[in-house]
Amino acid sequence: MSTSVLEKPQVVVPQRRTRRRLPRPAAIASTALLWVYAAAALAPLIIMALGSLRTEQQLADQPIGLPTHPVFENYAQAWSEGGFSQYFVNSIVVTVCSVVLGTGVAVLAAYPLARFRFPLSGLLTAYFLAGLMLPIRLGIKPVFFLLNSIGLIDSRVGLICVYAASGIPFGVFVLSAFFRALPMELEEAARIDGAGELRIFAQIMVPMVRPALTTVALFQFIPLWNDFFFPLVLVEDDKYTLPVGLTRFVAEFEAAHAQLYAGLVITTIPLVLLFLLATKQIVAGLTAGMTK
Amino acid sequence: MVQAERRLTTGPAGPGGGATRRRARRFALLLTFLLPALVLYTVFIIYPLISALQYSLFSWNGLQQGGFAGVSNFVDLFTKYPLSDQVPRALLHNCIFFVGTMLIQTTAGLLLAVLLHRSRRGKRFLQTAYILPHLVSPIVAGYLWSMMLNPQFGAVNAALKGIGLGSLAQPWRGDPHLALPVAIVVNAWQWVGFPMLLFAAALAGIPEEFHEAARVDGASAWTSFRRVTFPLLTPVLGIVTVLTFIGNFNILDLIYALQGSKGNPSFSTDVLGLLFYRTAFESPDANAIGQSSALAVLMFALIFGVSIVANRFFRRMEARLK
Repeated sequence: MSTSVLEKPQVVVPQRRTRRRLPRPAAIASTALLWVYAAAALAPLIIMALGSLRTEQQLADQPIGLPTHPVFENYAQAWSEGGFSQYFVNSIVVTVCSVVLGTGVAVLAAYPLARFRFPLSGLLTAYFLAGLMLPIRLGIKPVFFLLNSIGLIDSRVGLICVYAASGIPFGVFVLSAFFRALPMELEEAARIDGAGELRIFAQIMVPMVRPALTTVALFQFIPLWNDFFFPLVLVEDDKYTLPVGLTRFVAEFEAAHAQLYAGLVITTIPLVLLFLLATKQIVAGLTAGMTK
Repeated sequence: MVQAERRLTTGPAGPGGGATRRRARRFALLLTFLLPALVLYTVFIIYPLISALQYSLFSWNGLQQGGFAGVSNFVDLFTKYPLSDQVPRALLHNCIFFVGTMLIQTTAGLLLAVLLHRSRRGKRFLQTAYILPHLVSPIVAGYLWSMMLNPQFGAVNAALKGIGLGSLAQPWRGDPHLALPVAIVVNAWQWVGFPMLLFAAALAGIPEEFHEAARVDGASAWTSFRRVTFPLLTPVLGIVTVLTFIGNFNILDLIYALQGSKGNPSFSTDVLGLLFYRTAFESPDANAIGQSSALAVLMFALIFGVSIVANRFFRRMEARLK
């Protein structure tokens, strides 16, 4: 009997090792492949970052190389003469306002759809969720005419309205699922204490779904920050966001490779920072529904 | 899934008019919550898409809507020059793009996920490295690669020369035969991390006992992967296929940055997204609105239809494998 007790931990401890280990050469090949691909994935981004710190002459002599004497003029020039300061501000204003507005109205709508019972609630939910499948870009021409007729063409407000609306289906989808999962006792108690519906919503329910709010906001922020099509069509010059600003910069300063590298870095940095701050949420969001 | 049933107001039910007043208050409360989203979504998403459908059924003279045209705008897409050349060509390019991307990105994504699943060191770093290109704007990816692929100053040809393969240096973006495959590779570079993450999450969900059982039965590593792991990944493969399809048939930004709005060189990288943009905003045809709207409806039907069919197909395959 005593031997079986002693043996037991031995069965438990190496459990990690029950995963089939690859034979040695295969393991080395596998590791090599993983790191080689990581290098291939990162190399262009590294070349971009290094290139932004080198002079035009250095880039022409040696396309790949370290910035022996890092120069920051590229950034200064792209920022002021290249117009990136304006594009950057536009991108921040438009993206942040769209995310706040879109998430705000989505959380308002998701709450009654998930927790009140009223006629048409099922139909309304389906109406919002249908937007997940709709290719919004294909309605660009009517959107253009619509904004034109209400005086919001070539305006950041118009762009924000379209962007905020485009985030509603995803927001309602995620947030209503979270609201549905909350226990009923929460509001019962508050209601007995005499709290009004709006107060229950704002002070009890919304704080409970805060993680979902972060996910929704993140997943609106990234595609909107990167979007190119709507600002290309709906606004002009001084209201361009970074991706469209880039196309304009390229058209204007075709030969300024070093400055373009700087512009690309300026466009990318906020997303990389966001990703490093919220890796977990982003990875979890991308694989939502995949893990059990 | 608890659909809560409850009253919206508390307190004793007042006599007589109390019920209607309560109902009015309840309605006002619902409106407060629902109206902002409903208005924004209807005005800026649903109304434009319905308008696009309506536009496609009328003939247009500039900005003036003419008479009902039935399906003639749709017929124009395939019979009226230059659309009759452009639409099938762009459609073909989208199909090639989809098949090429699937082959590269799904195979590489699956391979990386499986290898990563077995390795222990540097897992988090590797995963981050694979997913980073996915976060970058397609416009940034396009311009970055167009500089790297530059025949004279580009990093790619320089690297080839550096390792003694200078003979392989090419005008990557300028050769009409190379331009589309190159765009596919750039797109795959950007997207590989996404299927990799999905496969990795699915792999993590497969209990170790399954492999154990296969091994006890004497299955080789490959057989175990093919018979145990792979069938369990079918749902993910289905999701990846459908999402890749949707993404590829909507593609526009990356090619715009790599090859301009006309899909250079000589339309060899033209795709439906670019063609739609040009038809809607750069076409000299008086009926441009009718035609571009017809193209939009066609793209929508194609993307939607194929997604639904593919979904059903993968569901059936999943059921068969169980």
